[in-house]
Amino acid sequence: MRYLPHTSENIASMLQKVGVKNLDELFSTIPEDCRRKDDLNLPEPMSEWELNDHMNTLAGTMAVSPEYKVFLGAGSYDHYIPEAIKHLLMRSEVYTAYTPYQPEISQGTLQTIYEYQTLITRLLGMEVANASMYDGASGLAEALLMAIRITRRKKVAVSNAIHPLYRRVVQTYFAPTGYEIVEIPYLANGRTDISALDNLEELAAVAVQSPNFFGCIEDLKNIGEKAHSDKKTLFVTCFTEPLAYGLLKSPGSLEADIVCGEGQSLGVPRSFGGPGLGIFASLNKYVRNMPGRLIGQTVDKDGKRGFVLTLATREQHIRREKATSNICSNEGLCATTATMYMASLGGTGFRELAGLNRDKAEYLKGEMKNAGFTISFDSPTFNEFVVESPAGFETTYKKLLKRKIVAGLPLAPYYPELDDHYLFCVTETSSKEDMDALIKEVTS
Amino acid sequence: MKELVGTTGLIFNEPLLWEKGAKGRIGFSLPRRDVDPCPLDDELKGDGPDFPDLSEQDVVRHFTRLSQWNFGVDSGMYPLGSCTMKYNPKTNERQASLPGFAGAHPLLPAELSQGVLKIMFDLEQYLAEITGLPAVTLQPAAGSHGELTGMMIINAYHKAKGETRSKVLIPDTAHGTNPASAALCGFKSILVKSNDQGILSPETISEVMDEDTAGIMVTNPNTLGLFEENIKKVADIVHSKGGLVYGDGANMNAVMGIVNVKKLGVDVLHLNLHKTFSTPHGGGGPGSGPICVTEELERFLPVPRVIEKDGKYELSEDYPESIGKIHAFYGNFGVKLKAYSYILSMGANLKKVSQLAVLSANYIKESLKGVFHLPYDKPCMHECVFTDKNQEANKVSTLDIAKRLMEYGFHPPTIYFPLVVHGALMIEPTETESKEDIDHFIETMKAIADEAKKNPELLLEAPKISKVRRLDEIAAARKPCLCG
Repeated sequence: MRYLPHTSENIASMLQKVGVKNLDELFSTIPEDCRRKDDLNLPEPMSEWELNDHMNTLAGTMAVSPEYKVFLGAGSYDHYIPEAIKHLLMRSEVYTAYTPYQPEISQGTLQTIYEYQTLITRLLGMEVANASMYDGASGLAEALLMAIRITRRKKVAVSNAIHPLYRRVVQTYFAPTGYEIVEIPYLANGRTDISALDNLEELAAVAVQSPNFFGCIEDLKNIGEKAHSDKKTLFVTCFTEPLAYGLLKSPGSLEADIVCGEGQSLGVPRSFGGPGLGIFASLNKYVRNMPGRLIGQTVDKDGKRGFVLTLATREQHIRREKATSNICSNEGLCATTATMYMASLGGTGFRELAGLNRDKAEYLKGEMKNAGFTISFDSPTFNEFVVESPAGFETTYKKLLKRKIVAGLPLAPYYPELDDHYLFCVTETSSKEDMDALIKEVTS
Repeated sequence: MKELVGTTGLIFNEPLLWEKGAKGRIGFSLPRRDVDPCPLDDELKGDGPDFPDLSEQDVVRHFTRLSQWNFGVDSGMYPLGSCTMKYNPKTNERQASLPGFAGAHPLLPAELSQGVLKIMFDLEQYLAEITGLPAVTLQPAAGSHGELTGMMIINAYHKAKGETRSKVLIPDTAHGTNPASAALCGFKSILVKSNDQGILSPETISEVMDEDTAGIMVTNPNTLGLFEENIKKVADIVHSKGGLVYGDGANMNAVMGIVNVKKLGVDVLHLNLHKTFSTPHGGGGPGSGPICVTEELERFLPVPRVIEKDGKYELSEDYPESIGKIHAFYGNFGVKLKAYSYILSMGANLKKVSQLAVLSANYIKESLKGVFHLPYDKPCMHECVFTDKNQEANKVSTLDIAKRLMEYGFHPPTIYFPLVVHGALMIEPTETESKEDIDHFIETMKAIADEAKKNPELLLEAPKISKVRRLDEIAAARKPCLCG
């Protein structure tokens, strides 16, 4: 086997040094009744070439572009990834390294993540960002737990227009400790109904998503002010599409205390939902309550600039049960990817690409309206929007799947009241031609 | 001794991203604009992020230079204990980048995503076969995420029985994440000391285990690289008081095909696919931390679960007692795919993997035991733990040994862990290092021990040939500078 370099001579001389007769004897400390008697029942090993064929076949069953036109977003977005990034990620000094515990020989990882932290704070208008969380959903759960730690309160208010799968993850994280989650409804315009906050007291946090699950851009300024009417309450905002902040005001400029979300859009392939990138940012005054790793700048013995893992006293390996989180491995390579992506676009490109996403989505929105769909919510949107379909669309939807078009995400499984509603997403990868073809299909 | 592996080459300085570039440059090919611009309310509109503008070559050169300041498994031996830094097969990267997988949207209808569902279904079966525990979830995104999920399941199990238990037993040889994971589930950690043999005694467990204790979290083999020989008795005691046994499977590379984890009495076990199953660590993730459970606990596993019906795969939410979701979608599919490729490449050779990993660790232990202090002189599993006790007289510590190793071209072992051993050097060679490279490592360690006696300055001043020298970590923490 090409990954196992030991020849039989090697094995014999090593066994001799160890002082045992055979490989089985190495396991003498394992009691007999703990051992397995039978061989592993696994498929016969495949050669590299057999594996390629096998995987090609499985990959071939998947509905992906360009063969399929997939108008799906909902937390996972199709964006172009420059070839340069794919090539850089093949630098195996980067992807075969462990967490940078030995800074002298890990400066590549450390400087990159320091750059990541910096670009994220600039994108979100925040003061400090960590080295990443698992994904947007667990990031939101950790943000709310952080607010609970800071305020010593036990109740959070969460907008119902936050991604429904994120809310389910929050529920799972909260279940063992019994912290309370109050859901705030959404309005007919698709934005969060902040008047529901009027009757709530002692909140650790108010959490909203913008653009929200329906694609609607929330009025963060208003919600932030309302949340902060109680000085102790923290304003938590999350997102699934960070590209939106190329165009929109940053949450940091609108009084957010903690900002978290999914960074898959920043150059990370969708890969059936993971790995993604949990982005997490906050204010300096809360840094010691933040979960996750942080990279800091310092100097070496000769006074030269360098970077290290820092503020580790918050973390599990030092603080053990008093740690701010149990997170250890995060999504380092995805944070690296995001850094390369943000650097490739630059401020100028990021804004242009964001604009293009919105303009294309607006085009399809207009065309769908003309085709007899109702635009469900009239709030401004970024690259996603909800439509209510004309009668009989369910059949058309199934027919379109056969024609290799995925015409949005049916919302009924997530919001029973939104029967016949579909969430559409358009990014820079959809051409006008693709959208016109979709309209032609739905009207024919 | 052979020629040193570590040497100096042409290494470039490289500024921070925002110290480069010029406004108006771009390193991205913007798609053609084929629709009209649509204005947005000024009230919502921001100024756009203050990112540096760079050309494609600027970006490529920047990150190429940075990569050269890193040490990876592909650069040299990386004997980082408990991290299983084995070779990361290149074919796995190829499979994960196939457009059908990399481009797949997670909410595609099941009939359009049969390939990925089959991979998840089969991988669960393989992991069940390897561990002996029959039910598996692939949803946790890393080892500690798996621990958290496992502890949530233990919590749900007691709740379902109408009980609230407040404590969890955690041995002093456990991974640091264990107490933190237990705390997130509201459990108080009770520290259990290992005995003079470096393993758990049933007597100690009997003393602390009671009906307010939800269970125990055991790392086996433990972080001293020793097999917990009393594990079955320990498990029996915990079970007799109604508790459950959580197994930290980070060290599974020692016992594949050798041990049946279920027979040990373990109820929940997490695996680190980025350790045992060869997926790259990426400089800090993404990992993947599936958990394997007994039949009894299957009903609590996270949803959705992949099921098979008449040869077709689908996702099912129909598990009313499930703890719920712990990841937005299904965990790190791209990582699982690489572990799946690895298992298909290895088959039953996985037993050989464990045998050779354990052989290599014992070989290092026997070769260095006169030179470095070995606190537990007994057969080890896939890693061995030395200390700096023999070097104390020369005022040289574990840290200095680690830093000097870099100059010889090796990544240092895990240092100062486990905490039960003072000045620990935890060495895990893995099965993918050849005897020549292991011999070279042993020779180097001996040479360093010799230097410690004759010329300790060499160790104290190391490393001198790396991109930077020892860094001021105290200043970094005292006055944090976390963004530029």
